[in-house]
Amino acid sequence: MANKFNTFRQYLLIFVFILTSLIAFANEVDEHTSAIAQDSISSTTIENHPANAENDHESEKFDAGKMIIEHVADNHQWHLFGHTSISLPVILKTDKGFDIFSSSHFGHDGKEVYNGNNYTYELKEGNIVVVDELTGLINETATESLWDFSITKNVMAMLISMFIMFWMFGSVAKAYTKNKGKAPRGLQSFMEPLILFVRDDIAKVSIGDKRYLQFMPFLLTVFFFIWINNVLGLIPIFPGGVNVSGSISIALALALFVLVITLFIANKHYWQHVFVMPGVPVLVLFILTPIEILGLVLRPFVLMIRLFANITAGHIIALAFFSLIFIFGEMHAGLGVGVSVLSLVFTVFMGALELLVAFLQAYVFTLLTAIYFGAAIDESHAVYNHHD
Amino acid sequence: MLLSVLMEASLTYGFAAIGAGIAALAAGIGIGRIGGSALESIARQPESVNDIRATMILAAALVEGAAFFAMVIGLLVVLIIK
Repeated sequence: MANKFNTFRQYLLIFVFILTSLIAFANEVDEHTSAIAQDSISSTTIENHPANAENDHESEKFDAGKMIIEHVADNHQWHLFGHTSISLPVILKTDKGFDIFSSSHFGHDGKEVYNGNNYTYELKEGNIVVVDELTGLINETATESLWDFSITKNVMAMLISMFIMFWMFGSVAKAYTKNKGKAPRGLQSFMEPLILFVRDDIAKVSIGDKRYLQFMPFLLTVFFFIWINNVLGLIPIFPGGVNVSGSISIALALALFVLVITLFIANKHYWQHVFVMPGVPVLVLFILTPIEILGLVLRPFVLMIRLFANITAGHIIALAFFSLIFIFGEMHAGLGVGVSVLSLVFTVFMGALELLVAFLQAYVFTLLTAIYFGAAIDESHAVYNHHD
Repeated sequence: MLLSVLMEASLTYGFAAIGAGIAALAAGIGIGRIGGSALESIARQPESVNDIRATMILAAALVEGAAFFAMVIGLLVVLIIK
């Protein structure tokens, strides 16, 4: 057994060595030829292939930053592979009424103009603007009164994850009524430890034994919403791969829930500690009170930034490793092949790390939320933990 | 060839990169200290490992939040000043 493993390891080592040495080899070739060819290539490639005019995508220089931002940001089309993408509905509320059409009218590269019922629309850096039909100039006043309710990529992905959550929790809830008092089965036995984890390690610890039950629905919803969306975002193929929980507007909505709930449940002691902290000289209060008021808003704000930046960073890292292949591949094809091995290995490694981060961010968001709730309803103010 | 790619990037990008680098450095020091002291305290009191782990993750998340502030600002500089 150990012998077999050793031979396997040797083969693997040789394989990796050969592939990585391609980088050095290709680099050498590249340096010899590129100096001569550099000037001629840039000027002749396009002229040499006039028949390739429709393929000018390929001859265009690869822009890693643009590609990454396109994949991380929200979009009116769901890009699948190559030139294939799903066109999502566009729903616009203008000052003349609603306008509903498919985003395929903008063309696959989003450069075409669409004549709607009320106005003429165009995509500009991902946003829909109203343009004048004849001159093609942007109609500023109409654009400002435009409300975009479109089902974008993020909304679509969120709907999918909502269906998954409904199915998951529906079946788990049914299982609890069906085999009451028995050991959990199937999906139920997967979810039960997680639910108990949220209850025992998050809610009970930070809110207290007496009132934690009141906040369990919100905490569980937030935890599973973030976690499932994070994990779905890590799947590179169709239903996944969308940066839902790393979208700043969704993080903002979650953080706003936390802020509003904290403000509504806060008791007398909490407000006293915000406005007139007991046992502090009056002059110090002039400094302390603004800071405390700022802290009220800052805590959910940091929650938002943390979720947004963590998940977006994960997506950017995976995409950056893959665009390395194309950046090096543009210099020389062999170099691209060599680098692809390295970036694949790194992406798998980062993917494993991101699985941990996906869980950790859901945990941290829920834990901090529970701590803020706990501080807001704390009756005894003997131990006061400040988490900013 | 790689050098010429680097040279093309403007000064703004360079400063944004330096800012992100400093943020990563500071966060690395912070999280490293948290992890180090957590290890020491676990070695002293192995029975309280669960409490220490939860507190460690919380403190690391708070440090990380500050680092991500800097990272987002660096990203905004790159994206807005083009």
